[in-house]
Amino acid sequence: MTKPLLLRGGRVIDPGRGVDIVGDVLVMDGLVEATGLGIAGPDGVEILDCSGCIVSPGFVDVHTHLREPGREDVETIASGARAAAAGGFTAVCAMPNTDPVTDNQAAVGFIVRQGLAAAAARVYPIGAISVGQKGVALAEVGEMVGAGAVAVSDDGKPVVSAQLMRNALEYARTFGIPVVDHCEEPTLAAGGAMNEGLVSARLGLKGIPSEAEEIMVIRDILLARRTGGHVHLAHMSTKGSVELIRWGKERGIRVTAEVCPHHLSLTEEAVEGYNTNAKMNPPLRTAEDVAALQEALRDGTIDVVATDHAPHHYDEKEREFADAPNGIVGLETALGVNVTTLVDRGILTWAQLIDRMSVAPARLFNLRGGSLAKGTPGDVTVFDPRRMWKVDPTRFVSKGRNTPYAGFELKGRAMCTIVGGRIVHRIAS
Amino acid sequence: MTSALGKDLLGLEPLSAEQIRLILDTAEPFKEISERAIKKVPALRGSTIVNLFFEPSTRTRVSFEFAEKRLSADTVNVSSSGSSVSKGETLVDTARNLEAMRIDMVVMRHGASGAAQFLAERIESNVINAGDGTHEHPTQGLLDLLTLRDHFKELKGLRVCICGDVLHSRVARSNIWGLQKMGAEVAVCGPRSLLPYGIEEFGVQVFDRIEAAIEWAQALNVLRLQLERMTAGYIPSLREYNRVFGVTADRVARASKELLILHPGPMNRGVEIDSNVADGPHSVILNQVTNGVAIRMAVLYLLAGGRPELAEAAKG
Amino acid sequence: MGPNSLILLDARAVDRTLKRMAGEIVELNGGTDRLMLVGIQRRGVQLADRLAQLIGEREGDAPPRGALDITLYRDDLQTVGPRPVVGKTELPRDIDGAQVIIVDDVLYTGRTVRAALDELADFGRPARIALAVLVDRGGRELPIHADIVGKRVDLPKDQRVDVLVHSLDGKDAVILVTP
Repeated sequence: MTKPLLLRGGRVIDPGRGVDIVGDVLVMDGLVEATGLGIAGPDGVEILDCSGCIVSPGFVDVHTHLREPGREDVETIASGARAAAAGGFTAVCAMPNTDPVTDNQAAVGFIVRQGLAAAAARVYPIGAISVGQKGVALAEVGEMVGAGAVAVSDDGKPVVSAQLMRNALEYARTFGIPVVDHCEEPTLAAGGAMNEGLVSARLGLKGIPSEAEEIMVIRDILLARRTGGHVHLAHMSTKGSVELIRWGKERGIRVTAEVCPHHLSLTEEAVEGYNTNAKMNPPLRTAEDVAALQEALRDGTIDVVATDHAPHHYDEKEREFADAPNGIVGLETALGVNVTTLVDRGILTWAQLIDRMSVAPARLFNLRGGSLAKGTPGDVTVFDPRRMWKVDPTRFVSKGRNTPYAGFELKGRAMCTIVGGRIVHRIAS
Repeated sequence: MTSALGKDLLGLEPLSAEQIRLILDTAEPFKEISERAIKKVPALRGSTIVNLFFEPSTRTRVSFEFAEKRLSADTVNVSSSGSSVSKGETLVDTARNLEAMRIDMVVMRHGASGAAQFLAERIESNVINAGDGTHEHPTQGLLDLLTLRDHFKELKGLRVCICGDVLHSRVARSNIWGLQKMGAEVAVCGPRSLLPYGIEEFGVQVFDRIEAAIEWAQALNVLRLQLERMTAGYIPSLREYNRVFGVTADRVARASKELLILHPGPMNRGVEIDSNVADGPHSVILNQVTNGVAIRMAVLYLLAGGRPELAEAAKG
Repeated sequence: MGPNSLILLDARAVDRTLKRMAGEIVELNGGTDRLMLVGIQRRGVQLADRLAQLIGEREGDAPPRGALDITLYRDDLQTVGPRPVVGKTELPRDIDGAQVIIVDDVLYTGRTVRAALDELADFGRPARIALAVLVDRGGRELPIHADIVGKRVDLPKDQRVDVLVHSLDGKDAVILVTP
């Protein structure tokens, strides 16, 4: 049993219940017991002084790559879960493009067990859509859900076959889980290393046009309409995708979408000098795309922020641009980037940010959490909205160091992360 | 840095017009050396230069070798094929090994854009980009500028059209940057599928038809069309390419003024350019080759501009 | 002219000196047969032109002239800093068997002449090479001597001799400068 925790004097923002007060949160027996003013805890309660901080339902990241099994040299479930906690996340969903691929109940069970053993942020497995993520045969979705999977995805890769995507949406409907698609039309994107535009023309790098994403976005929206299934579009990156999602939502189609902090804050110019730490898929695009994505997050067209945390070994990124693997880490910089880029500039309010990082992700993926109502899990994030800090990858909790934000001054830092009533991360003020 | 060009020559885009002019002017006396009976000066005596070619190339490598030897440098050729990944030795390791052997300069050609910069950032030796992916081929751009200047005397306002597969061409890019910096007007001509998206944003005019390009231009730089472009579906066939975009003798004859013809080589005779044009009176293709050695000598000479630590020792 | 300069030779004195040097060149060579004057860039070239003209006036036959840029043969290229601009090297014809007179404005350490000798050797094999300089200021670092000298002065290291020629500087003069 965990010790009772009283989080005192912070600005408690619980968007789901419209709560925004300076007050206290009491967590007991792993659950939220109360929020309000002047709460007196039971005897032996541990008191945390949260003055100057915001106290919110724990952040949930629905898109991370924890690399275990297969690439434990680059990240393990334990190191990833701890990195998540350091970033203020109380739960993460782990993508199945591991080695071997997480496409069966035993593999899902392994991830669940490793997550529990890590005893940091909660780890929810996402199972593969197709066996081996080969895009041919449907994986045993029911059994995976039974073992703890909260969604299915072939992320890392697109679902190339529309027929398979249709089948997956219909089949997953039975189990009430979303199908997450990485939208990339393979023939248009083949060989591409960055956004197709003026920068790629100058640097002599093959570009990936926006249409490679948009073609699959509209395809998935139409299939969601046909099947009544829930499609969740991963890491949206273009203005065109936003317009298509709006079209779909206006018609009541069950399409939801996520955007990553880097697509909200950086453009293709970050690639200048062949910086492999600015190489990811989908790539960084133009200022116009960034503005459209920010607006979409604000008005809810895009439902959640997810990190697409993708650690890579230093050696792998330390090579010619075209050969370097795609992906950057994001768990420990997400909050800082979002505060600096969105809240500080008045694009999102605190309530909106917390909704996009906690309430909505939990709701979309049917996870307990995203709320500070009585009886909900004691998953709380305490963060300092004014804290300035400099990004130093050598001090990351994650094993991955591949970030484009090295040396950046960010505002906003998770000071204390609580999972199930237990403190899993803490920075002394 | 005591060299007027900095430590490396990675491309023409980072250079100023003054620096480009310095290289062209410096190449002039080096042309004379290649006319002597003894084609050698001791300027780079004792320097070690490695020609690191990850892509096969005869003409560029040989041209650099002549340039190096005529400056009395010691040269070593290392050729390697395939990317670091398939080879097993990463580019980083190659760089460190070279540095451990205390070489002075590396001339590198590599299939990945940005590879020259990657190497230059990791070793102290001077790095000269002999072609990196589809990014730049600065010495080719420079020798093209010199050849144009030899003929037209002035590059400012000169109308030059680059014809062919601009999308995949590092020669085209270096030429575009170099020509624009020297005040020339640049156009491209080729099938749209072989032109970079957004090329007009670089201040380059686009001609869809070769006849219009020939009418406008004072000089054509004709790029080699590679067979792979056909198999990848950018164009239907080489035959059609020649019929629609080929620089043929009758098209050139119909030009209302004298037109200078350049080609970086090697040529696909009968595809992008017909033999009678390549060997004809307007062609300066062989001058390009001669100028190539002089430009490379000039670049090596300028980059080797003094080593600070030796200057210090000499003072003491 | 700055405060620390002293005129060693004015325009008329330069003219007289050159006339004497022209005579000595002809005397040394025993005539103008196979004579060739090769000036070292840049002022050596101007002086070679003047001497050739004077010889032409005396003997009725001006000897051919060449120009030599020794930049690429310098022994201090590695340490001199940013690369010096390379000037023109042009020899009128084959130097094999010629009587070459190298012409320069000032002879000091001797290194420039050493470079010129190396460079000439790459062009061929003259029958003889002699050296004519307008000013010999001593301070040799190599065993080089001038056969024909306009003016001899022994100067300490901190002083400098500047030679001005009409075609480049607007007037003829030899000036001693203490910086």
